[in-house]
Order: sequence, then C-alpha cells, then structure tokens
Amino acid sequence: MSTPILEVRNVTMTFGGLTAVDDVSFNMAEGEILGLIGPNGAGKTTLFNVINGVYKPTRGNVVFRGRDITGLPPYDVVRLGLARTHQIVKPLNEMTVLENVVVGACFGAENLGLEPAQYVAEEVLEFTGLLQMKDELAGKLNIALKKRLEVARALAANPRLLLLDEVLAGLNPSEVAKMLDVIRSIRDRGISILMIEHIMQAIMSLSDRIVVLNFGQKLAEGTPDEVANDPQVIEAYLGDPEMAKRILEEEEA
Amino acid sequence: MKFLKSPFFWIVIAVSLLYAVYPKLGNNITLRETLVLSAIYVILATNLNLMIGYTGYVNFGSIVFFGLGGYLTLWLIGGYGWNLYAAVLFAGVVTSLLTLALGFGILRLRGAYFALATIGVNEAVKDFVSNFDKWGGSEGIFLPFSTYKSMGGAVHALWTVYFLIIGVMALSLLLSWFIKRSKFGLGLFAIREDEDAAIVLGVKAPVYKAIAYSVSAFLPAVAGGLYFFKNGSIVPEEAFNLHLSIESIVMVMLGGQGTVTGPWVGAFLYERLRGLLLTTPSLSNFHLVIAGVLLLLIILFAPGGLMGWLYKRWARVRGVLE
Repeated sequence: MSTPILEVRNVTMTFGGLTAVDDVSFNMAEGEILGLIGPNGAGKTTLFNVINGVYKPTRGNVVFRGRDITGLPPYDVVRLGLARTHQIVKPLNEMTVLENVVVGACFGAENLGLEPAQYVAEEVLEFTGLLQMKDELAGKLNIALKKRLEVARALAANPRLLLLDEVLAGLNPSEVAKMLDVIRSIRDRGISILMIEHIMQAIMSLSDRIVVLNFGQKLAEGTPDEVANDPQVIEAYLGDPEMAKRILEEEEA
Repeated sequence: MKFLKSPFFWIVIAVSLLYAVYPKLGNNITLRETLVLSAIYVILATNLNLMIGYTGYVNFGSIVFFGLGGYLTLWLIGGYGWNLYAAVLFAGVVTSLLTLALGFGILRLRGAYFALATIGVNEAVKDFVSNFDKWGGSEGIFLPFSTYKSMGGAVHALWTVYFLIIGVMALSLLLSWFIKRSKFGLGLFAIREDEDAAIVLGVKAPVYKAIAYSVSAFLPAVAGGLYFFKNGSIVPEEAFNLHLSIESIVMVMLGGQGTVTGPWVGAFLYERLRGLLLTTPSLSNFHLVIAGVLLLLIILFAPGGLMGWLYKRWARVRGVLE
C-alpha cells in the first residue's frame, strides 16, 4: 500500500481540564472519502482544528503525505495541499463572491498571482454553480450559498485533501442533493475528502469508511455497514440498543 | 505599464502638478503654506488608511511615524551635516524598520487592545524624546539658518521642500493604489474581513500585518522630516501630537476607509474645515470638538464615508475613483 494521505497518530487535545480529543488515531488512503461522525461535543471539529493547524495538539502527530505537519500554522498547511471549510461559515463579507474565491486561489497550494487566480476562481465558481453570483457581496448570500462558497474557496486552493465540516447542515433537501453532487464530483477529480456530517443517510452513502468519535475517543472505525451495525455506535447515538433495533426494524417494515 | 492606461493614475499626477505649480506661478507663499498642510494631511490619512481601511487595524498613534521621521532628519542634518535627501530617506527607512519590529509584537493584539497599544507607543516615544538630551529634551532641535544656505538660500530651499512634500503626497496615493490592486492588498483585505478565515485560506497574517504597518510608517516619516526641516525646529509636543493622530482617523473615516480616493478627499476637506474654524475668532480651537462630533456622525450614519455614499449612488464612480 502506498503512503496514506493523512495519518492521525495518538492525537490528544486538552483545554485546561477538558480533554476534547483523547488519543485518536486513524489513517486515510489517497482518493478516499472518510466520514467522521459522532454526537455533539464528540470532538470532531476540534480534531479538524488540530489537523489543519489551528490548534497545536497537546500530544500526538498529524502526518500529511508522509510529512509531519504537527503544529504548522494553517497558512503553511494549506500551501502543502490541505484545505478546509468551516462549520460556522466565515465569508469575507464585504468582498464579492469572486474575490473570496480568488483569495483561496492566490494563497493556496499553487501560490498563484492575481491574474491566474482569477481564471482558477471562475472555473471553481462554475464547478460549484456560483458563477452567476460572482459579483454579489459574500455577506448577502443565503446560508446554502455561503456553504457552497466555503467549499469553492477551499477548492480554489487546489488541495489534495479537503476537510469538510458539516457542509450539509442547515440545507433543505434539494440543496443537500446539489451539495452531494458537488462532493461526488470533487472526489472524481481525485481529491481525498475527510468530512464531518450529521445527516446519516448522506454520510453513509458517500463515505468509503467511517470513523466514530464519542467523548473525544475513537469508538469505531469501518465501512458504513460495519459502523451502522456496531452496538456501541448505536448506543452512543440512541442510548438503548434494544430500542434502536426496534426502530430500525420498524423503519425497514 | 498597464497603470499608464488607468484614469486614476493620471488624476493623481494632474492634481499633484496643480498643487505644485499653482502657488509657484503667483509666488503665493500663504497659499503654499496652506497647501503644505493639506498635503501633509493627505499623506498622513492615506498611509493610515493602509492599516485602518485595508487591514482593519485602527492605529491611534500613527503620528509617531511623522514625529520620529522629523527628529531623525533634523538630528542628522543639524548634528552630522547630512544633506536633506539622505537624511529623510534614512529617517524613513529607520522608522519603517523599527515599526516592522514593533509590529510583530503588538499586532498580536486585536481590536481595541491594538488601538490602545498604539497610543501607548506614541506617548512612550514622546516621553523618551522629551528626556533624551541628545535630541534636546523638551527643548527640541533647532536648525541654524546657515543650513539652508547649501540649498541655495532659505527662499529657494523652502520651495524645494514644498515640491518634495507634494511628491511624497503623490507617492502616497500611488502606493495606496498599487497595494489595493495587488495580491498583497487582497491578503490585507481578507485579514480585515475575517483574520481567522484569512489564515485558514493561506494568508500569512502575522507577516502581512507587520509589513502593512511598516509600509504605512515610511512615507509619513519622510514627510515628517521634510515638514520639520521646513519649520527649522522640532519639539516633542508638536512632533508627537496625539490630536493629529485622531484627526487623521477623522479624515480617513470622512472620505471613506478602504478606498484610495476617500482619505485624500477627506484630508482635503478636513483641512479646509479646520482652516475655516481656526480663522473664525469665536471658534478657534473648536475644530477638535467638530472633529469628534464628525467622527461620531460618520461612524453612526455613514460608515463608508463620502466614497461609500458615492459608490452607492453611482456604481460607475468605482471604476474611476478607487
């Protein structure tokens, strides 16, 4: 097997007395979509922040394409080809949609000049279906479009690995379907994706493998089927496995 | 040479030439002195805008660059016999480098804390200079009249300095314009909008901010050197006058922060207003009150300043006046 694109090795992140991420390890293969799930407060977003350098982990290492990136600041991490989106969207409000994406292209892995960045940005806007609103101020977009802008900006950086933090949350079913199409076509471009998601149906159908976190610890890891049938996972989500089984059977019936 | 095709470039050149030629034609010294002040205000406001408008960091102590530039220049000329050009360039470079080092430290602070730190820097430098014997302490530095002889006599020297100040004004505007259209400028604007997001998008915020801070110090320091050379003397109270820092903020906000034209127009209008108030006996020294009220009104009702208002009215203006 070739080098994994991402290795998370025994990462622990504590804030004062609180352990948000507790000795988590997993690997990700090139081209894979890995789902990261877990109840609220399980430490998913904290783990993202450790991976892209917003936080320096208390213990453990993050290795990206064979290179230890633990503690590198986010602007260096994105240069190496690891981009991310935010769960709580962070548009550059007083700048246009196009300018937002140009920032992503300019300061991403390619370190482009303004003019080539413009072309890349327009191409990415076309790809994510935002091209018609390229001259709108980013702050004026609705939440679904802001989420898509997050993805477009990250994509403009030309990453090898993309971290998607709940890009489906808060979207209506037709918007979810559109976003799923976008995510699939990103994967078809050969970009590996690590995604946090709460919408189970979506993450089960998209992911090649899933890692489950609970109270900062890795609870389970495997294919969507394995994870969905893991009694520990069901308990973490629903409390009582017996009841969960009943619900599942009723749904199937 | 794409910039040669831009109307804005030619507007800057034309206005600067007008500033330079008009008082000279009529040999009008009063007008020249008014325009010196106007140009100095444009220089201060335009460079301050690189921090406030472009980067989103409010610098309350920007006058420290002007004062330090003035002191370094007069010290080199008065004490070591440097010529004016070498002295102001050296003053600009030294002030810029000091600001760069300072920037890496205090730009870790955000929002109001940064603003407070900048006031502290200005006051600390003022106190230091007031007690620094080599620079004359609270008495300041005086240039002997003979200094101007090497420049062809006082009359000639004053005109030369005037043209240089107008040149620095033009350079400030062009620098501000170039930065706005550059990748560096784009990074600064991203920091202004959301620094954390900018960092995640790949903008090296700590370095970018420090460079912006340092660049915003260079031309004001040069202008300070020229201005105090023209005056022939410098004292701490005048060099590090916090009022002028705050008035610069009013100019930036009045014209429209984040634009190139805004601080220019704001500084021009503010100088006119201040002149009007100062020459009206019953209102002298009232300009600071007016400045304060003006600042409040702008922030409350027109945060985009004059240019923001213009852009909203006539979107096409944006293409000509950046």
